Amino acid sequence: MTQKNRLQSGGRIDRSKPLTFTYNGKQYKGYQGDTLASAMLANGIDVIGRSFKYSRPRGIIAAGAEEPNAIMQLGATEATQVPNVRATQQELFNGLVSGATNGWPSVDTDVMGVLGKVGGNMMPPGFYYKTFMYPQSMWDTYESIIRKAAGLGRSPLENDPDMYDKVNQHCDVLVVGAGPAGLAAALTAARSGARVIIADEQSEFGGSLLSSKETLNGAPASEWVSFVVDELRGYDDVMMLPRSTVNGYHDHNFLTIHERRTDHIADRAPDGQVRQRMHRVRAKWVVLATGAHERPLVFANNDVPGCMVANAVSTYITRYGVVPGNDLVLMTTNDSGYQAALDWHDAGRRVAAVVDTRKNPSGDRVDAARKRGLNLITGSAVIEVQGSKRVSGVSVAPISADGKSVAGSVTKISADTVASSGGWSPVIHLSCHTGSRPVWNEEVVGFLPGPTVQKQLTAGAINGSYSTSKALAEGQQAALDAIAALGMKAAEVVLPQAVEVNEGQPMTLFHIPHLKSTAKAPKQFVDYQNDVTAAGIELACREGYESIEHVKRYTAMGFGTDQGKLGNINGMAVAASALNKTIPETGTTIFRPNYTPVTFGAIAGRDCGELFDPKRYTAMHKWHVENGAKFEDVGQWKRPWYFPKAGESMQDALNRECKATRESVGILDASTLGKIDIQGKDAREFLGRVYTNAWAKLAVGKCRYGLMCGEDGMVFDDGVTSCLGENHFVMTTTSGGAARVYEWLELYHQTEWPEMEVYFNTVTDHWATMTISGPNSRKLLQELTDYDVSKENLGFMDWREMQVAGVPARVFRISFTGELSFEINVQANYGLHVWEKLFEHGAKYNLTPYGTETMHILRAEKGFIIAGQDTDGSVHPYDLGMGWCVSPNKPFSFIGKRGMAREDCVRPNRKQLVGLKTLDPNVVLPEGAQGVLDPNAPIPMPMVGHITSSYWSANLGRSIAMGFVKGGLDKMGEKVFYPLADGRVIEAEICSPIFLDPKGERQNV
Amino acid sequence: MSDNVVVEEKPVDTVAIMNQLPGADIVGQSPLHHAELDALSKKGVRKGGVHLRENKLQAHLTLRCNPNNTEQLAAVVRVLDVALPLQPLTSVEKGDVSIRWISPDEWLIVVPGEKAFEVETRFREEMEGHHSLVNSSGGSTILELSGDNVVDMLKKSTPIDLHPKEFPVGKVVSTVFAKSSAIIRRTGDKRFELVIRRSFADYIWLWIQDASREFGLVIEA
Amino acid sequence: MFHIYCPHCGEYREEEEFHAKGQAHIARPLDPEACSDKEWGEYLFFRKNPRGLHHELWVHAAGCRKFFNVTRDTQTYEIKEVYKIGEQPSFVTEE
Repeated sequence: MTQKNRLQSGGRIDRSKPLTFTYNGKQYKGYQGDTLASAMLANGIDVIGRSFKYSRPRGIIAAGAEEPNAIMQLGATEATQVPNVRATQQELFNGLVSGATNGWPSVDTDVMGVLGKVGGNMMPPGFYYKTFMYPQSMWDTYESIIRKAAGLGRSPLENDPDMYDKVNQHCDVLVVGAGPAGLAAALTAARSGARVIIADEQSEFGGSLLSSKETLNGAPASEWVSFVVDELRGYDDVMMLPRSTVNGYHDHNFLTIHERRTDHIADRAPDGQVRQRMHRVRAKWVVLATGAHERPLVFANNDVPGCMVANAVSTYITRYGVVPGNDLVLMTTNDSGYQAALDWHDAGRRVAAVVDTRKNPSGDRVDAARKRGLNLITGSAVIEVQGSKRVSGVSVAPISADGKSVAGSVTKISADTVASSGGWSPVIHLSCHTGSRPVWNEEVVGFLPGPTVQKQLTAGAINGSYSTSKALAEGQQAALDAIAALGMKAAEVVLPQAVEVNEGQPMTLFHIPHLKSTAKAPKQFVDYQNDVTAAGIELACREGYESIEHVKRYTAMGFGTDQGKLGNINGMAVAASALNKTIPETGTTIFRPNYTPVTFGAIAGRDCGELFDPKRYTAMHKWHVENGAKFEDVGQWKRPWYFPKAGESMQDALNRECKATRESVGILDASTLGKIDIQGKDAREFLGRVYTNAWAKLAVGKCRYGLMCGEDGMVFDDGVTSCLGENHFVMTTTSGGAARVYEWLELYHQTEWPEMEVYFNTVTDHWATMTISGPNSRKLLQELTDYDVSKENLGFMDWREMQVAGVPARVFRISFTGELSFEINVQANYGLHVWEKLFEHGAKYNLTPYGTETMHILRAEKGFIIAGQDTDGSVHPYDLGMGWCVSPNKPFSFIGKRGMAREDCVRPNRKQLVGLKTLDPNVVLPEGAQGVLDPNAPIPMPMVGHITSSYWSANLGRSIAMGFVKGGLDKMGEKVFYPLADGRVIEAEICSPIFLDPKGERQNV
Repeated sequence: MSDNVVVEEKPVDTVAIMNQLPGADIVGQSPLHHAELDALSKKGVRKGGVHLRENKLQAHLTLRCNPNNTEQLAAVVRVLDVALPLQPLTSVEKGDVSIRWISPDEWLIVVPGEKAFEVETRFREEMEGHHSLVNSSGGSTILELSGDNVVDMLKKSTPIDLHPKEFPVGKVVSTVFAKSSAIIRRTGDKRFELVIRRSFADYIWLWIQDASREFGLVIEA
Repeated sequence: MFHIYCPHCGEYREEEEFHAKGQAHIARPLDPEACSDKEWGEYLFFRKNPRGLHHELWVHAAGCRKFFNVTRDTQTYEIKEVYKIGEQPSFVTEE
């Protein structure tokens, strides 16, 4: 296959390095240095996709990030599929596999094309709103068709094998864009000793200088680029990032840079290299040198393949040695557009006509065109393009001086390429990301960055300063400003001399008139990717949309992956004209991150797979794994859930664990409980303020359960706090609530009661905690300690220091199961040792490890609550039947006291926590089930409260449940019904939540 | 107080301290015990951009006291023979004692593991007024990281600016580390120390292995 | 992502090290029992939502764990100042 559009020489490609690539199943050749787009154009590929809505054939329009059409599906294997890659930014590599994105089922036989043919009437703006809103029952049908036909690209079905990561960066000056302005800024800042990052989305630094024939200091501009790049490379504190798009500009000068490290090398990153990297940059100053995008003009059938932006034509010729056609018609409103015709002519191909919308153009480039004898047609425009899969000709006609109407007869000119230039739009996207609104500039005929609170400077074409000399000077000045603001001393940089080009006044024109009205003329595209036409925007305005933000949403203009880089200004101009307003009056939509699409891989970085979220382990975790535990996530903790033996179901295991604990002894790893060391002479008083109950008299050596409420009176955590010394306590919290409680204590200490002498320190991870529970727990413990752990010496709710299995320990006689229990705490480094010793001695007592599920069942048998399961932020202690844990007579108005006295908290018929026994003891109520008093009441039935905890109790041989019932504490013995989704209605009787050993005899032994 | 007067002992049960270490026959298991770093150091790679060593089973003591109380500051010198670093984000090291500034009224003191109780006892003897000293030795461990690419690896893990101008030797910060946290101290040009929490140790160990992959990770005994 | 100066650590840190704790200078009533339900409700629930300067309470959660105040412009997200608990802001809105 020959590259029919490739020039014999010229450009920055390496003809000695041919590459093979695949597009839609066919193999083609290109060269090192090509983009996928330049290689496709070299091979004469015209149609690279179908349009989104009308399914019209589309070709490559631009040469950079602004490309709306050439978005490709890439990937040689299923796992390496990448959707929506702009061919204009994808560097060619050997073996690259690409395909058209949005043709379904293929580019050539597109079923949506049928719809597209008649689509002019069928799919006006608002089509989806208008059509698919009703009947609602049809949505499922519509959706399946729309989803299949719409959408761009497809995601891989297999895991991405490559590695993506994130790196945090800091710098004095971040320079965005490495064109003449950016390079001048970076060089000045670097020489002055600043920490500099300079990023550019292209493979090479140089920006516009790479695709121009201009000279600096009389030599090709690329020589100066090489000189600057070499110097920058020599500084330790300069980071140079090619192939790196600054995608987002966030608050306080935080920017994200998406670096593509290996996408230009191969389908997969070689040798385990990082494929893409997200740099998270905190910059003291930012210099935006992002350049400008050329605007195409809006004219009839301007989307036929072969229609391109003028500057892109130059770029393909100059940088890639590709002339994308044979016969060119150029239409321009300004001098810079002429360069495309000059380059085309100089490449040896025919320029059919240069159509200038101005009556009397003048300037250096106009003179050059005349000198070359090009067919210059002034005061005219290309009003329509002929052709379907490629331009075959154009209709040219004189237009009025204001550009609003056709003013003469039509001439047809045959051509296969139409380049258009409507002037330039500064790339202001990043400056908008933090909320700064751009400002229209009449002279530039474009929006410029607006006022900002960020430490942001701008230089070059982003300011509408399009000449190279101005760009260089502004780049240098921006760096000098930043250096001065940083209090650094500026170094001298002598800028190179650029050749000044005289340019005539451009004409302000966006939308080329047609003989017919916009509505009746062939489609004049504004936003190619979303198929938004001038007629569509006019219709939106006629239908009453006046705000540009509404027009945008109604027409979907600027919503594509290109974010309307080419079309937005034209669209605003069309809307302004339709609304009889000026562009500044119409205003602009705002650009948001990201500048160009970012892969999910780069967003996720390494926070995936095993590293997605931290897994927290206790000191005994290894034992749990080796003994077959199933784990449950409690916050980030991995807690044993239950320990099934071979062949056991979960329920079998729970039944066995529950019975073994009540009959002999079980053991639980309770290390995850939050533990806070509290010291100071006011520690006791502090406890009294944050807990609902009294702490004034808790003696050294004693433990007490406490409830913690918010100022609203609602329970938010609970736990046992023990008095270690007169001024020393250790508080336990729920496993999930540890961090919150710790911060809560600090909040009150630091902001409300800073005069109190108390220090809090978290010791959760320091102690390994194991609870042995059951009638044989004392015997087991006694075997491992010389300390007398009899009832007389270590009573219920006492704690003592002792050696357990040779390790110093604090042993707390507290119980969450209602059994005789000992909570053994040792320094975590010795946790596993003690745990294993307990098992060595525990075999004869059938010591049984149990997990969180058995813990939940055993505590529910006793009616003990779990904060967060039986509470939900809307229940106070009295709702829980735990008024015994509130001491209203404490001298200080403790947190929660006033809250729980509010009118709503003391009204009758609040939901209260009760026990519930199903009529059929074998039925276990689902947690969350809503109770009703009358199951035959009409729907919606009045609901009286939900089930919070529900289990099968092997010890009781029946189901048990806890739940809320309105006024439940006064309704003992009454019936509640639970209608379930499956149609069953389960009847239950209200009872005390203490199902087992109501007198507490089992733990007081 | 004069030297020849025996001072009345303070009430013993104001705060509870205890020697938490068992006899030498019982060997402690550090938070990364399961990673078998000793074995890895023998069979793993010898060359790489990042070196890691667990400085395990040290005594970690959290001191809270008043930085404006000169009596308390003097007591610290009496016990540790080195003064508390009062400048935010600084640390001091003398002999086998190192102290990190954590907060205006908080310092992390690290001494050899077996000295925890001795230091706790000495503090009780020497320091007056409102303060607390909490043994957190079981709750954390220390990772020593070094090598040509140690900064590159850390930049993937923490948002702190590690440039030598901003983060000189001796500086210490409490910050986020990946999705966990760490106390990071620079101990040399290309040498850092991380104090990490026990329960997150395995996550951080996995993270460091992953973040070091492109540079090579050398485990040191 | 804010860049917040911690007045205790004495340097700027990333927002991810901090927790926002809502409006600053909400003092707990000294005698809660003397508050009417309405007054208690206002203390509990009613907060300003200004367009412009706002005084906020933050905590350096992953750092020194100290609480402090921030004066922030809710429109531009500029942080005008940080100041310690017990201190008064120097940037205030005329009301």
